[in-house]
Amino acid sequence: MKQVVHLNINGSPYDVMVAPNATIADVVRRQLGMTGTKLGCEQGDCGACTILIDGKSHLSCITLAVASEGKEIVTIEGLEQNGKLDPIQQAILEKQGVQCGICTPGVIMSAKGLLNENPKPNHEEIVVGMSGNLCRCTGYEKIFDAIEAVVEGEYDDAATPQVGAE
Amino acid sequence: MDQDSAYTREQVREFEIVGQSVPRVEGYDKVTGRAEYTDDIDLHGMTYAKVYCSPVAHGIIKKVDVSKAKEYPGVLDVIVGEEHPKKYSVNDLLPTETPLAVDKVRYFGEGLAAVVAISEQIAAEALALIDVEIEELPALVNAHDSEASADNLIHDFAKNNTNHTAEQHFGDVDDALAKSDVVVEETFYTSMVNGGFIETQSVVADYDPGKRKLTVYNCNQLAHTLQHTIARTIDMPLDDIRVIIPNVGGGFGGKTEATPSVLIASIMSRKIGRPVKLTYDRDESIYQNKGRHACHLSLKLGFNKDGTIQALDLSILLDGGAHSGWGFVVLWFIAALTHLPYKVRNIRYEGRRVYTNKPTPGAQRSFGGVQARTAVESCFDMAAVELGINPYELRMINAVETGYKCPSVVEVRHSEFKKCLESVATRSDFANKWGKLPRGKGIGFAAGHYSSGGAFLLYNSSRAHSTANIRVDTEAGATVFCGVTDIGQGSTTVMTQIACEVFGIPMRKVNFICQDTMLAPMDNGTMDSRATYGAGHAVKNAALDARSKIFDVAAAHLGVRAEQLQCKDELISSIYDDNRFINFWEAVRMYQEVQGTVFGTGDYTPPQPRGDYDGKIIGPSPAFGFTAQIAEVDVNLRTGQVKVLKYYEATDCGKAVNPASVEGQVEGGVVMGLGQALIEEIVVDRNGRVLNPNLHDYKIPTTMDVPEFDSEIVDAYDPTSAYGGKEVGEAPTGPVCAAIMNAVYDAVGVRLTEVPITPEKVFRAMRGQHSRGLELETTTIGFHNAKIRSV
Repeated sequence: MKQVVHLNINGSPYDVMVAPNATIADVVRRQLGMTGTKLGCEQGDCGACTILIDGKSHLSCITLAVASEGKEIVTIEGLEQNGKLDPIQQAILEKQGVQCGICTPGVIMSAKGLLNENPKPNHEEIVVGMSGNLCRCTGYEKIFDAIEAVVEGEYDDAATPQVGAE
Repeated sequence: MDQDSAYTREQVREFEIVGQSVPRVEGYDKVTGRAEYTDDIDLHGMTYAKVYCSPVAHGIIKKVDVSKAKEYPGVLDVIVGEEHPKKYSVNDLLPTETPLAVDKVRYFGEGLAAVVAISEQIAAEALALIDVEIEELPALVNAHDSEASADNLIHDFAKNNTNHTAEQHFGDVDDALAKSDVVVEETFYTSMVNGGFIETQSVVADYDPGKRKLTVYNCNQLAHTLQHTIARTIDMPLDDIRVIIPNVGGGFGGKTEATPSVLIASIMSRKIGRPVKLTYDRDESIYQNKGRHACHLSLKLGFNKDGTIQALDLSILLDGGAHSGWGFVVLWFIAALTHLPYKVRNIRYEGRRVYTNKPTPGAQRSFGGVQARTAVESCFDMAAVELGINPYELRMINAVETGYKCPSVVEVRHSEFKKCLESVATRSDFANKWGKLPRGKGIGFAAGHYSSGGAFLLYNSSRAHSTANIRVDTEAGATVFCGVTDIGQGSTTVMTQIACEVFGIPMRKVNFICQDTMLAPMDNGTMDSRATYGAGHAVKNAALDARSKIFDVAAAHLGVRAEQLQCKDELISSIYDDNRFINFWEAVRMYQEVQGTVFGTGDYTPPQPRGDYDGKIIGPSPAFGFTAQIAEVDVNLRTGQVKVLKYYEATDCGKAVNPASVEGQVEGGVVMGLGQALIEEIVVDRNGRVLNPNLHDYKIPTTMDVPEFDSEIVDAYDPTSAYGGKEVGEAPTGPVCAAIMNAVYDAVGVRLTEVPITPEKVFRAMRGQHSRGLELETTTIGFHNAKIRSV
């Protein structure tokens, strides 16, 4: 039996009618049109669907919508503010921690969750913190570079980047 | 610039944007979640399809009763295989596949029926109402058994389940081996692995009943080839089909074929007149596979005392899975790959590909290269030990150089391979480590190469492999139309850089329109590491064509001959006199006032070498990329666990058009190789059931599995290329298994001959060396003591 749940997503209230087994990934992708959250396995293996719930990273493909009422949900769409990227987004873009991009929203949300818990992780902590996000393209090097650059303050004053040489 | 040194910037190789690590053009969309992938598409009236997957790997279909599913509320249609029995394959080479199984199933997970409904949930529920009866046949899951099976045939036409055979012989191998001072010989096995792209294959087919036209959105690498396959298989005129490739969430070769889902969705959309979406679950994606072929290899290499290679004798058996796919091509490709990167003149190759009841392999990054390199580079290491020559030196002695001509028609027009070998040897201090590290620590050398867009054209025609059209006007800037597909490797960015370099305008003034068969001209697509080289040529040629028209106007205006003009910072100026200039867009405007929009066109086709041997069309390439690699490993002497500590790599990709993207290709390519070397394998039980169709049992490397990287792009410029660049996407994956095998040998003195190198195999191999009692047992799981024969 479907029921109405009240979800707080990216700072806005959404009342959605969901089945009890609907996941947050289902709701944001199929009902709310926020397709930035990606699905790679739907079994909690790949991390592409990672979102923040109350500041911590969660796998939205195995998190039920009905269990998420009253919580603060942030998806990839919630990071960029008025055309200004979050430092992690900008670092991933500039350091080429993005190739095909399908894992990228999950990678960024995991990195965000990691830095929320530990703002100054060392390399080992980054490796462990990001181990739940599979990326088949980059070999992870450029993702590490990007997160380390953020940790070192290189992107503290992130502004909208200009793509390409001017 | 004074008059005597009045070269164009290209002649002195001083570039503005080529050579810069420009961020991805589409990167902003990707980091914000805006980038649209196939499954993200939502069309008006969308419907959803699901496939009923066979629960057995081999059997005769007795019944597929879909009547109850058809009646289920919300179901719009159900189709079964016999309604659409037309067979297809890559480029129609021995077609064996059908959209859904007809009469017989040949692999676990093959589609038997498909349901389309108003929601995915309803389609899934309806699948449960389909009544299937299959008379099971013994599954053939081992290539050797399959080949020996005369009466249990997977395809009726294929005697002994043989798909293709291939033979080549150059020089006199028997004579050369007999005269060699040292001959090494070994057998190897490389496993079946999966592309492991994080985006499973997805399709949206949208048939317009009014116009009787079909638009297909699909994450595919070869838009035009896909268009052909759809047209032939579902009997529609080619020009009634438009293929649009949204962002592709990883391809690695596995998305070069049409999945059955594309044909199913197209058939259903045409039938019900509504858009149909079909996205594979992860298990279905692995059943459809099209990853790397498992391969049994048997190799002999002969050397003279001075280390020069005399002969190469290779025979292989490819496990082809249930269908033809890319099989013919991979069989010949492995042959071609043995001719390089060492100067061997006597080469014999015998290859067979047989059908088995397994998910069909196809193309995967370093297609044929992983198999060939695993055997050749391991045997080089064995020979080095026997000859008493350092493995680095042995490779230097035999390495190909610019201008080398193989005994086949393959020619190396540019090579900095030796620089690669030198670079990794120096950086890793190889000479002081090899054979000198404490037990359990090891260092291993391997090297390789890959082609950059061969002579082989998928389109079955004589037309150009790449064509680009460019429109330049003040209304839209410079708009490039090109059929190449960005699967994440960065071709859109690189092509934009190339166009900018020609015009001397900033990146944001260029629009790159690709991945759409209606808008972009025919292109051979993204495969065989051909995009930067092949499509790059076409884009550059088109831009030069358009620029020459703009230059003519500027030349008249400035009173300067057109060939003495240059473009930089949106200014067209005399190469002799900076004060004689005109704004680029002003010149464009002047052209438009008189002649209208500026159009340019350019194309590229690689040289078509003429050989007179079997398999001649596969292998020749206008350019080859090279790689040298060194792995440092730690082998746990108690458990056999291999940990790769550090990885050195050096790449000759010519001029790196975008160095950060090149590094990304190298790092990603090596890590894909590491996955196959250590942890990846599709496991099939004796009934053909796939035991690990998910990402927790099918392991791809995580952040925890990657070593410290030390890579270098060696200084190189391929003068045959548009801006000096050539392949980098595939070569780095090829030698990784061998580098690690060689490092394990250096660490613990046992030679592993089979990947993945699991702790169990290493443990048994180590035990085997110390305990003769275990040795017989261990040989059955792919470990052999190195057989080295001194003559």
